[in-house]
Amino acid sequence: MAKVLVVTSGKGGVGKTTTTAALGAALAQSGQKVVVVDFDVGLRNLDLVMGAERRVVFDLINVVQGVAKLSQALIRDKRLDNLWLLPASQTRDKDALTDEGIGGIIADLRTRFDWILCDSPAGIERGATLAMRYADEAIIVTNPEVSSVRDSDRIIGMLDSKTVKAEKGEQVKKHILITRYDSARAARGEMLTIEDILEILATPLLGIIPESQDVLRASNVGTPVTLNNAASAPARAYTDASRRLMGEVIAMVVPAERKGLMDRLLGRRAA
Amino acid sequence: MNLLRFLNSRNASAPVARERLQILLSHERNLRGQPDLLGVLREEILAAVSRHVTLDPDKVLVKMDRGKTVSTLEVDIELPNEFEKSLAAAS
Repeated sequence: MAKVLVVTSGKGGVGKTTTTAALGAALAQSGQKVVVVDFDVGLRNLDLVMGAERRVVFDLINVVQGVAKLSQALIRDKRLDNLWLLPASQTRDKDALTDEGIGGIIADLRTRFDWILCDSPAGIERGATLAMRYADEAIIVTNPEVSSVRDSDRIIGMLDSKTVKAEKGEQVKKHILITRYDSARAARGEMLTIEDILEILATPLLGIIPESQDVLRASNVGTPVTLNNAASAPARAYTDASRRLMGEVIAMVVPAERKGLMDRLLGRRAA
Repeated sequence: MNLLRFLNSRNASAPVARERLQILLSHERNLRGQPDLLGVLREEILAAVSRHVTLDPDKVLVKMDRGKTVSTLEVDIELPNEFEKSLAAAS
């Protein structure tokens, strides 16, 4: 049965789009049929992170308004046959999204895919509420930093009240994904620890993505980090997280960067 | 690792972050339970008063002050000067 998964956070810049692309690619690599949907109308970026920015013809709003068919707007990934992208509109404003329109598209996508990953815009307005509206599960992307944790708490409250599942008296299954984590700084007491964040948010952990240069490197070239350098620390962490989403039980470790001798001598940071 | 933690405990800022978050979020979660109490009060007061007096909805101000032992609800309604006439006409 198809699963609708929203990648959300409240706060901007914590790694929602990176996460959507990386998990989408990892799920597709393990044989699942996946679509990643960009809900950030007016500020779309998932196309760019996926490396499909020059192939966008129709978008989500064209489909909502009946200008294009869903099959015309879906873009197939060039690297993975069973990975697809539904881009957001760059020109329209977010009010063009309607609850009924999105409901119809999600219902249609459910018949075609195993996983529907909704990349939420930052904030708590229409785009963000519609991205989570039809979700079965949610990934709350959180940085080990006070403003991100506070916004995650707010989003958890919305997932428990404003979604279709919540209104039916059911629960959206929630997961915390901690990104940009630096275990050395956490050990020195300079950064909130995993335990701190989980205790405050009282929500199960899906994975820990270490702070890493590989994330920027992957977005520079328009490839999900899990495909760009599968052996890198963030790629391994995202792949583990994707397997947990599929129900596997995998020990929670923070994958470490492999530091070379030169890095050590020069005192370069792992990040 | 514990020794490292001890040596750095003087300039560790994470425990401060953790404590501030715990206090703030326990407060914000309480507010979330009662969705917009002031908005609801304002609407109902406005409805009750406008059954008897014609008034400008923008001139109704409802304010809540939360104190340590007592909280106060302040309702400020500005009436037009000829409200007695409209009252007489209504009855």
